[in-house]
Amino acid sequence: MSSAMYQRMRANPKFQELVARRSRFAWTLAFIVLIMFYGFVMTVAFNPLSLGQPVSEGSMLTVGVAVELFMFIFFWVLTALYVKRANTEFDSLTQEIVREAWKENK
Amino acid sequence: MHKFITALGLLGLSTLAIAADAVGATEKQATNWHAIIMFCIFVAMTMGITYWAASRTKSTADFYTAGGGITGFQNGLAIAGDYMSAATLLGLTAMVYAQGYDGYIYMLAFFAGWPIILFLMAERLRNLGKFTFSDITAYRLDQGKVRTMAAISSLTVVCFYLIAQMVGAGQLIKLLFGLEYNVAIFAVGILMMVYVTFGGMVATTWVQIIKACMLLAGGTLVMFLAMSEFGFSFTNVLEKAMSAHKLGDKLMYPGSLLKDPVTAISLGLGLMFGTAGLPHILMRFFTVTDAKEARKSVLYASGFVAYFFNVIFLMGLTGILIVGQNPEFFEGGNIAGKLIGGGNMVAMHLAKAVGGNMLLGFLAAVAFATILAVVSGLALAGASAISHDLYARVIMKGTASEASEIRVSKIATICLGAVAIVLGILFEKQNIAFMVGLAFGVAAAANFPVLILSMYWKGLTTRGALWGGYGGLSSAVLFVLFSKSVWVDVLGNAAPLFPYTQPALFAMPIAFLLAFIMSKSDSSVRAGQEIEAFEDQYVRAQTGYGAASASNH
Repeated sequence: MSSAMYQRMRANPKFQELVARRSRFAWTLAFIVLIMFYGFVMTVAFNPLSLGQPVSEGSMLTVGVAVELFMFIFFWVLTALYVKRANTEFDSLTQEIVREAWKENK
Repeated sequence: MHKFITALGLLGLSTLAIAADAVGATEKQATNWHAIIMFCIFVAMTMGITYWAASRTKSTADFYTAGGGITGFQNGLAIAGDYMSAATLLGLTAMVYAQGYDGYIYMLAFFAGWPIILFLMAERLRNLGKFTFSDITAYRLDQGKVRTMAAISSLTVVCFYLIAQMVGAGQLIKLLFGLEYNVAIFAVGILMMVYVTFGGMVATTWVQIIKACMLLAGGTLVMFLAMSEFGFSFTNVLEKAMSAHKLGDKLMYPGSLLKDPVTAISLGLGLMFGTAGLPHILMRFFTVTDAKEARKSVLYASGFVAYFFNVIFLMGLTGILIVGQNPEFFEGGNIAGKLIGGGNMVAMHLAKAVGGNMLLGFLAAVAFATILAVVSGLALAGASAISHDLYARVIMKGTASEASEIRVSKIATICLGAVAIVLGILFEKQNIAFMVGLAFGVAAAANFPVLILSMYWKGLTTRGALWGGYGGLSSAVLFVLFSKSVWVDVLGNAAPLFPYTQPALFAMPIAFLLAFIMSKSDSSVRAGQEIEAFEDQYVRAQTGYGAASASNH
C-alpha cells in the first residue's frame, strides 16, 4: 500500500525536481561551510601569524577575530537561508507530490 | 597533547575539562549557601515539572520522544542545553583567560558541525526515525543484527560519557558547593533517575530548556556587567588585556594548541562528526512534530550556541583584567600564582567580582543544573537503546507490549543510574581524560558512518553495516587505547603505540572502507532485497510520507 504510494511519488517528475533542487542547495551550502572551516583550520596549522595581524593599521581588532566572528554569523545565516527555503519552497513541493500521489490512488 | 583531549571534553556536554584539571586541584570549599538555595529552587521547579510530565507519559512515544510534540523553538533550546555544558561555561572561559585566541578557535570548531547536521541530516533523521537512530540504520537491513550493533556502540558512547560526567560533577560540586564528593555523586545519580523514570523525555526536555535559559541569562548578565566596567568597548578590553596578560601581543595569535596539522584535522573531524553521531543528540530530532520543526530546532540551537560562545569569549577576556589583576582570587594573594579553586574557576570568580555572592551562587547553581540535565539526556538515550532496540526489537522481535517496553526502559534507567554512581565513585581518583575522546571517537567512527551511509548510499547491506559499525567501534577504541592518553598516562607505558591522540581521521576511513567493501562484495539474495528497499526509504526520507507523527495530547 505505502510501497505503491512511494512508487507513484517516485514516478512524479516533481519528485526528481525536488530532490535535484534540494540536494544542489544543501550540498552547495555544506561545501561552503566545509571549505571555509577547514581552510581556517589549515591557516591555523600552517600560517598562524597571518591571523594575529590587525585588520587595519593601528586597529586592535585582529584578522583572526574578525574572520571567526564573520564565520559564526555567516554560518548561522546559511542555516537560516536553508531553513527558510526548505520550509517554504521545498515543503510545498513535497506536499504537492504527496497530494498528487493520493489523488492517483483513488 | 593532553590539551586536545581536555578541549574535546569541552565540546559537548562534558565536564571533563574540569575533571581533568580538578583531580589534583580540588579542595573542598566552604559550604556555599547561596548556591545551594538557588540549586534547591531549580530542583523544586524541575520536580514540579517531572510530576506534571509523569501524568503525560503513558505511551512509549511519550517516554522516548515526548510524544513528538515539542516545537522547534523548544527543541532548539533543549539541544543548545544538551550542547552547552558546565565545561563550556567554565572550561572555555578558562581557556580564553589562559590562551586568548586559542579558546575562540575551539569554539568555532564546536559550532561548525551544526550547519552540516542541518544541511545533510536533520530532515532525513526526522523523516526516517522514530525513537532511536538505530531505527534509521536498521530501516531496510536485518533488524536484529544491525540494532544490536547500534545499541552496543550507543551504550559504549553513553557509558564513557556518563563516567566523565559523574566524575566531573563530583569534583565540580565539591568545589562550588562545598559538598562531599560521594554526596554529590549520589545527588546527581538519584535526581537523574527520578527525572527520567517518572518524566521520560517530557521532563528531560524541560529540564534542558530551563537549564539552557538559566545558562544564557547567567552568562549574559556576567558578560554585561563585566563589559560595563570597560565602557562596552571591545577595543578597550583587548588593549588592556594584551598589556596585562603574560602572553602580551601574542594573546590574539593562535598558540600551540593546533600546531600539528594531522591532529588539527582529526580533531575537527571528530568534533564535527562525533556530534552527528551522539545518540542523545540524535534522539532530540525525534521529539519534534515534523521535518519543518526539526530544521527550525537546528536554526535556534545553533543561534544560541553561536551567541553564547561569543559571550564566553568576552567573559574570558574581561576575566583577564577583572579576575587576573585581583589578588583576592589568588592563593596567598599572589597574582602570579594559582587561582583559588584551580584554573577552571575563572567564570565563577568573574561572577563574584561583578555581581557579588548572589551572582556567584546563581552561576554555581547553573553549573550543577547543567550537569544534571546532560546526565539525564544521556541516561534516556542509553535506556532507549536497551529497551527499544535490544528488548523490544531484538529479544521480543516487536511483540513486546508498550507497557512492558516502558517498564524495561525504567528498569534500564535505574540500572544505568546505579552503574553511573558506582563508576563515578570508582573513578574518582583516576585519570579519566581519555573518556570523552573515546566517546566522541566511537560516535564519529562507529555511529556516524553507518548512519550516513544508510541514508545516502543505496548499496549498503547488512554485512557492510555490521563490518563498518564494529570496525569503526573497535578501531576507535584501539586507537585511543594505544594513544598517549591511555597507553602512557593511564597504563604507565613508556611510549604510545599510536602517535596521535585523535582517532577520527584514522578510524572514520576504516569504518567507511569496511562498510563499502563488505557491501559491494555481498552478493546474497538478502543484500539484493536490501538494495531494492532503498528506493522506498529514499522517497520517505525526501518527502516524510509515512514518517512517525506526533501523538495526540
